Amino acid sequence: MQDKTHIRLRILRAVLLSLMFTLVGRLFYIQITSGEDFQQASQRNAFREVFTPSVRGLILDQVGRPVVANKSTVVISVNTRILESFEDKGASVISKLSSVLNLPENEIKDRLTPCGTKGAKKPPICWSGSLFQPIPIAQDVDNKIALQIMEQRSDFPGVTAELNALRQIPRPFDVNMAHIIGYVGPVTDKEIDKQKKEGISSQDFALQNNDKIGRSGVERFYDAWLRGKPGVTVLAVDKASNIKGVVKEIDPDPGKYVVLNIDAKLQSLVEEQLAAAIERARAKNYVGESGAAVVVDVTNGHVLAMATYPSYDPRIWLGGITSEQFQALSDPKSGVPLISRATQGLFAPASIFKVISTAAAAENGFDLNDIYQCPPQMEIGNRVFRNYESIGFGAITMQRALEVSCDTVYYDIANKLWLRDGGLNPVDNPKDALEKMSFAFGLGSKSGIDLPEDNKGRVGGRIFKKEFWEKNHEVWCERAEKGYPEVAEKDPERARMLQKFAVENCTEGMRFRAGDAVNTSIGQGDTVVTPLQMAMVYAAIANGGTVYEPRVVKAIMNPDGTIAQQINSKVKSKLPISEETLKYIQKSLVGVTISGTGAPPFIGFPLSRIPVATKTGTGEVLGKQSTSWFASYAPADNPKYAVVMMVAQGGTGSGTSAPSVRRIYEEIFGVRGNTIDPDSSILFGGSPNNSLPKIRLDGLPNYPEIDELLNPSPSPSISDLSITKASS
Amino acid sequence: MSYLSVNKSKAIKRNRVNDSFFIGYDWVLITSALLLSVIGAALVYSASNQRLQDAGLPSDFYLQRHIFNLILGLILGLIVSRFSFRTARAYAIVIYAFAVIGLLLVLIPGVGKSQGGAQAWLAFPGGFTFQPSEFTKVALITLLAMVLTEKRDSELVPHDKDVLLGLSLAGIPALLVLLQNDFGTVMIIGATLLMVLVASGTKLRWVFGSLFAVLFAGYIASQLNFIKDYQLKRLATFVDPTLDPLGAGYNTLQAKIAIGSGGWFGQGYLNGPQTQGKYVPAQRTDFIFTVAGEELGFFGATLVILLIGLILYRLSKIALKAPDRFGRLTAVGVAGWFAIQSFENIGMNLGIMPVTGVPLPFVSYGGSSMFVSWMAIGLAVAIGREIDDRVTPIIR
Repeated sequence: MQDKTHIRLRILRAVLLSLMFTLVGRLFYIQITSGEDFQQASQRNAFREVFTPSVRGLILDQVGRPVVANKSTVVISVNTRILESFEDKGASVISKLSSVLNLPENEIKDRLTPCGTKGAKKPPICWSGSLFQPIPIAQDVDNKIALQIMEQRSDFPGVTAELNALRQIPRPFDVNMAHIIGYVGPVTDKEIDKQKKEGISSQDFALQNNDKIGRSGVERFYDAWLRGKPGVTVLAVDKASNIKGVVKEIDPDPGKYVVLNIDAKLQSLVEEQLAAAIERARAKNYVGESGAAVVVDVTNGHVLAMATYPSYDPRIWLGGITSEQFQALSDPKSGVPLISRATQGLFAPASIFKVISTAAAAENGFDLNDIYQCPPQMEIGNRVFRNYESIGFGAITMQRALEVSCDTVYYDIANKLWLRDGGLNPVDNPKDALEKMSFAFGLGSKSGIDLPEDNKGRVGGRIFKKEFWEKNHEVWCERAEKGYPEVAEKDPERARMLQKFAVENCTEGMRFRAGDAVNTSIGQGDTVVTPLQMAMVYAAIANGGTVYEPRVVKAIMNPDGTIAQQINSKVKSKLPISEETLKYIQKSLVGVTISGTGAPPFIGFPLSRIPVATKTGTGEVLGKQSTSWFASYAPADNPKYAVVMMVAQGGTGSGTSAPSVRRIYEEIFGVRGNTIDPDSSILFGGSPNNSLPKIRLDGLPNYPEIDELLNPSPSPSISDLSITKASS
Repeated sequence: MSYLSVNKSKAIKRNRVNDSFFIGYDWVLITSALLLSVIGAALVYSASNQRLQDAGLPSDFYLQRHIFNLILGLILGLIVSRFSFRTARAYAIVIYAFAVIGLLLVLIPGVGKSQGGAQAWLAFPGGFTFQPSEFTKVALITLLAMVLTEKRDSELVPHDKDVLLGLSLAGIPALLVLLQNDFGTVMIIGATLLMVLVASGTKLRWVFGSLFAVLFAGYIASQLNFIKDYQLKRLATFVDPTLDPLGAGYNTLQAKIAIGSGGWFGQGYLNGPQTQGKYVPAQRTDFIFTVAGEELGFFGATLVILLIGLILYRLSKIALKAPDRFGRLTAVGVAGWFAIQSFENIGMNLGIMPVTGVPLPFVSYGGSSMFVSWMAIGLAVAIGREIDDRVTPIIR
């Protein structure tokens, strides 16, 4: 029996020591065998991040009118983790919600289904966010329904009704601005992947699965400012994803306010006048296909108004655009309203280009005080080039050539410049005066506007020809050899013609011929520009030779009204022309309005008190009706505004666009018949506002019409200006 | 047996090296426990310095108190070791009575102090607190050892009557500890007493019967939600207020992550991101082992376990050679207690045992545990002191 206890003791000792070895074994397993998993777990598995979206910043016009705002709406959200803890997986809650919200049960279920799981609908119906986040199932819910849910909490476990900011476009004065505002869209998986690859951790950066980011316009260009930073709650979770505690809570940082240079009231007028010009064109049996109008402050490049036709209701994006709607926006039949004609549309500048030709001539040996011949037509090369409507003006000054827009004067100059460069056999380092002057005026390069949509256009000339040939000659020469067999099957005649062109392009395509030079000098040929670029050209002439980068945004403000970032003007280039040349062009453009092609539309305008410098243009487009251009600035003696309007397939510059431009000046300067009343200017205070709007304590901007909003008047235009502040 | 001769020479050597005051002291046992306590001090500092700094307190606040506790524990252990272990047998009933009174006092509102949700502390002047439930562990070991060996030196196994008496007496304080919601301590007491019972040589039906009783009690207790309730309250006392723990799973996961990221050599002392980032709750007490795991790595953490293993080995050796059956059962009880408590504590750190609020002996911060652990070492040393290596122990 002595041994019995001894054996028991030894067994006990073995058991106790084996317990210790068990611990060492387990320690080895955790630290060595699966150590890496736990090291990763220390970053990933232990924590879950729940993001509170930041409220997107407001976009205000130059005096503080909200152009894009937020509206407080009630959003009903469901926490699926709570629903799943019930025996029926929340079926009864969903059915009650369905009847209260008047939503089909299936739709609620679809919205609660995580994307990528079995039976999930496509985004954005399915839920692409974190499963720890309450999932919104109904937005903009009636307050009464929300109250009903809140009062019967026990009937709706896991259901929350919260005030949420919904993007809203108040459209003060019925302003459209679709192409300036742009739009936001859901972030794509690719963008999130890219962000991950670049090593931005989800906590540091804003982009989350359910985020929306700017896709065009100001919403895109200033996205980083507008978006703010989401709040994050870091939850500690166990392996079974049960929430075990809150580790960290950071409040969202609301988006900043973007203050535009655009004046909503002026913008509304410009949009209206562009539409009027289109109507005017159509009344004369023109197609009036599209158009654009730009008003800039010549002293700093601020864009005060910029309209595009056709446009679309920017609110179309708010509820999530349907694919049908989106197709309509890019449908050529409806004129592709998605394209901003002002910054993306490319058109031949026609006669409004002649200011550049004049500058090029003056700086290249042509005396501005000489007399030039303006015959009805001119033979250059083997081709006859005619004046508009084949009218001749005889011997005239350069100023008169601009006033009456005589093409032949410029043909002659262009031909001489071309010959000076060696003609078809160019000298070494040809001057290419016209082409280089065009570049100096900002053509052929992006305007530098603070919008993502910015087309650089192109400048016709020797340089362009060479580049274009180098890019395409391989295709041309191959076609020249092999022809167009696929076209020949149906239309042998056309195939033969195409091959002939290919042969010509292959062998001659790089040659800058006299005809090319001549066409370029009157803004035809290969040169194409955006209306915005031409506005900057005329602004440069007006302000003494500075080409500014246009700016639609004045400043970024914090929601508390302090400034976050001033958006400064930037000089794009200085015109390489003499003071004398500039003065001469300025004087000539004033003459256009008094006794030239710009005079008829300005009959009755008090030009003696507000001189206006203008230039008309009527562009020829092969197979289409002419393009109506009207470029201008005023007051000519102390320039402040440049206004350019364009209507494609719209007839003449003076007939179609000019009357609308005149109306814009009348409203800017407060011209009432023969009297001038600066107080009735469409601009608040009579001129562009360079100060920042005041933000009230509640985070809402103060703006001129706010009293009308608070004491509603019959005016319907601002009735829907209800907004909420962007600070949370 | 060959080990006898080895030990004999060692005993003689000890006689020569040390003066007579320390004759028969088990220096391997004492050094192991001391080394653990010192490692514990280092780990307590690592676990607490950031939290203390954040709270605006001196970062070595808990380190100093741990060292103070250690010194006090060493003195208490020394005092105990100076008595014959038979004194413990003689006063076993008195010690038991003290423990029961302490446990009762704790339950009286105003006298007992609630700390971290558990009504388990007695407050003393000067801000010191004492946890009678820790003391109960030693009290019950000596009581059961006494009851199971009382006046029956001529008989090899305890009577059924004695077993029944011992278990009944043990049941009273166990119930009182359960009333404090200290489920972990109850389970450790139960498992320890079970081992004493096994060592006493009693019939196996008693062993399995009480094993079943302990398991059943555990099941009932968990059904009554003792565990969850207690932990919820206890975990709410995190130093870091931003942590709002809602359950034990968080602790386990954090502990496992901390240990798992240690690798072979650890992240370096005072350099563990989980530890210094204050992610692991209750780290200077119940989850002290995570500091060793994360900062000292597999080697450091294994050293801690091996030191405990060495203590267990020495205690079992004392049990095997104890001069009488009371000494043997007492040594078994102490070894069983250290083993079970260490296994439960490190096991919950490693995620293989449920989370209960029991400290790691010598290593965790906490005065009561430190004092009682060193008193138990003192008791074991006292038993070992009376082993006569020259004779084969005859135990009746």
